[in-house]
Amino acid sequence: MASVAQAIRMALHYGEKHMGVKDIFGQDVGAPLGGVFTATQGLKTAWNTPLDERGIISMAMGIAMTGDKCVAEIQFADYIFNTIDLLKIAGNTLWCTNGQVQLPMVVMTPVGAGIFGSVYHSHSFDAWASRLPGWKIVMPSNPLDAYGLMLAAIEDPNPVLYLKSKALMRHKGDELIPGEPEDEKTLKSMIDKPVQNSQGWKAKWPELEKYIVPIGKGKITHEGEHITVVTYSRMVHLCDEVAKKLADEGISVEVIDLRSIYPYDWQMIKSSIEKTGRVLFVNEDTEVTNFGEHLAYRTTQECFYSLMARPRVLAGKNLPGIGLHPNLEKNSVPQHHDIETAIREIVAEVP
Amino acid sequence: MSKKTTVKPAAKKAPKNAPVAKAKAPAKAATKSAAKTSKKATPKKFDFGGLSEELLLSMHDLMVKSRVLEERVIKIYKAGEGYFWIGGPGEEAFGVPLGLLARKGKGLEYDWFHLHYRCTPTMVALGMPMIEAVRLMMNRATDPSTGGRNFAGHYCFPQWNVAPVTSPIEVQYPIACGTAHAQKRAGHKSISIVTGGDAGTAEGEFATCLVWSSRKGQELPVLITVQNNGFGISTPYEGQHGETYIADRAKAFNIRSRVIDGTNPVETYIALQEEMDYIRKTGKPSFLEVKTTRLYGHSSADGANRKTDLFDPVYKFQEKLIAAGILTEKAAQKIWEIYEEEGIKAQEQARGEAGPAAETVWDHVFVNNENADWRKF
Repeated sequence: MASVAQAIRMALHYGEKHMGVKDIFGQDVGAPLGGVFTATQGLKTAWNTPLDERGIISMAMGIAMTGDKCVAEIQFADYIFNTIDLLKIAGNTLWCTNGQVQLPMVVMTPVGAGIFGSVYHSHSFDAWASRLPGWKIVMPSNPLDAYGLMLAAIEDPNPVLYLKSKALMRHKGDELIPGEPEDEKTLKSMIDKPVQNSQGWKAKWPELEKYIVPIGKGKITHEGEHITVVTYSRMVHLCDEVAKKLADEGISVEVIDLRSIYPYDWQMIKSSIEKTGRVLFVNEDTEVTNFGEHLAYRTTQECFYSLMARPRVLAGKNLPGIGLHPNLEKNSVPQHHDIETAIREIVAEVP
Repeated sequence: MSKKTTVKPAAKKAPKNAPVAKAKAPAKAATKSAAKTSKKATPKKFDFGGLSEELLLSMHDLMVKSRVLEERVIKIYKAGEGYFWIGGPGEEAFGVPLGLLARKGKGLEYDWFHLHYRCTPTMVALGMPMIEAVRLMMNRATDPSTGGRNFAGHYCFPQWNVAPVTSPIEVQYPIACGTAHAQKRAGHKSISIVTGGDAGTAEGEFATCLVWSSRKGQELPVLITVQNNGFGISTPYEGQHGETYIADRAKAFNIRSRVIDGTNPVETYIALQEEMDYIRKTGKPSFLEVKTTRLYGHSSADGANRKTDLFDPVYKFQEKLIAAGILTEKAAQKIWEIYEEEGIKAQEQARGEAGPAAETVWDHVFVNNENADWRKF
């Protein structure tokens, strides 16, 4: 099975071969490195930029203005903050021009903790991104979704932020990407740049097929009856693992992988909450003014009389940074035991 | 005043009486109906750089039109029929030649414009009717640039590759590199033109443009211009800059650059033509620092009142044309009157047009009006 990094690479290859992507660019995105997470190795249109995040975003805006499709990368989301002004402009361009100027651009960037990346390699961006009207925002949790959401992002005529979890880059899923060889070693020999003697290397791409994960559509990754857990990206795996553990005790947890931050699959969330009467929103961005708070607010507005317990948001602590030492990181963003504790509390609550 | 700041020689100045590339005359230009050209030869004491009388009159006509339009828009603001004015009276002698010289059209084979909010003269020279600037000022639903959503001067005309003007200053500079990248890849001789103010060159995006447009072997066809009017809102040039010439900064990036007198339409026309030719020929960027004036202040935020002590490029050019026998005082007066009348009519027409309906706030958040309201997911 492909890793998330390989899945992104294959999606970008499909994009440049079949969907009109003419530029894939960012810091170290082109040869020789092919991305610090190897997600852009061997791509025909990948090129390196100056170390200038604002330049990368504005370059993408200019290219998109001409109608050419591009995928730009900010090497770590931790460094996307100095482009907020440009992200805001990219998001408002269609609206400000009364529908005249489209920006069909994709910006991908690795987000979140889990790799012990310290203060400036552990930032989340989903809550910030949700405050950028005009953008669509996706966050895959597994390779197949990583592939399908990238193709959806490329196909979309609007600017799309593709937030990829740093901790999931080497994660392998349990579903094949359409066209992917079944044997991992075969895939590796085809599309992974050799660590040594890589000069002149070219990828041998499998015959990939188009596979779209529609933006705005979530997925139930674990069905349950007693509580709904709404999450995305890396936290999906933690929540699924907790759900499996609690199932042995008779606590039935329904986990929803939102996959898209905006637009988001409210109908899936709503119908699940109406079934379970209880809900926990889990993500690792900081807790104060968190995207989960918006969902919790909406839950109280639309599902209030279906609720058996107070909705909760479990998110990263409202800290200036995430410390390097594991003791600090693990006490900053939700861990298995935090999720388990929250679920137990909500399930135990009696109206 | 034309100060070269690079070691590379600029292209040769157009010789006197040499044929000059024909500029498109503005549609229904008042010149056609009002101005009378002198059949006398131009006296030698006036240097019009070899530009044809037809072109000189066309530039004058458009400069007047732009000035009258800007003054009309200020009047609309002062009458309470618009919320905020910002614009560029005093920059006509640069903006008009720029609009005349560019290759106007839609698509990669034509030039791209990344303008700032002082570029009404360029829009007028491109052929924008007065009514469109008035609709923008009065926030009508008919405003073609923003549909009543944005400020005066925030033009957007995709049919002429005019990118949307933004309120944040200088972000247009690196965006121009993006369109130039696509133009170069497409193999056309089209260029991306970017304009901005002197104070805004302190922003990081300005440096970004210098870096990205000049990378060795990957140079981009960008005409980088700075309209230096000596002020950043209320702060004088000296309070913001250590460099003598902003154009000198381009030298560090091996970008050909020069300083020109932006109050002289002849000098700017010739300089722009030279630099555009250079960019089209080489695919490399060029930098123009353009010295201009700011006749009505920065915006309505500082009063928008006429600064009578400043050099007025429109009147000075007109005086020169009259003194040279190219234009008569009577004909000049008629041009001003015609455009004044057009401005008044535009205001009256826009006044009768509807503003955008409240429910249209959700329009165009996403392409094809895809639902953007989370309440409806």
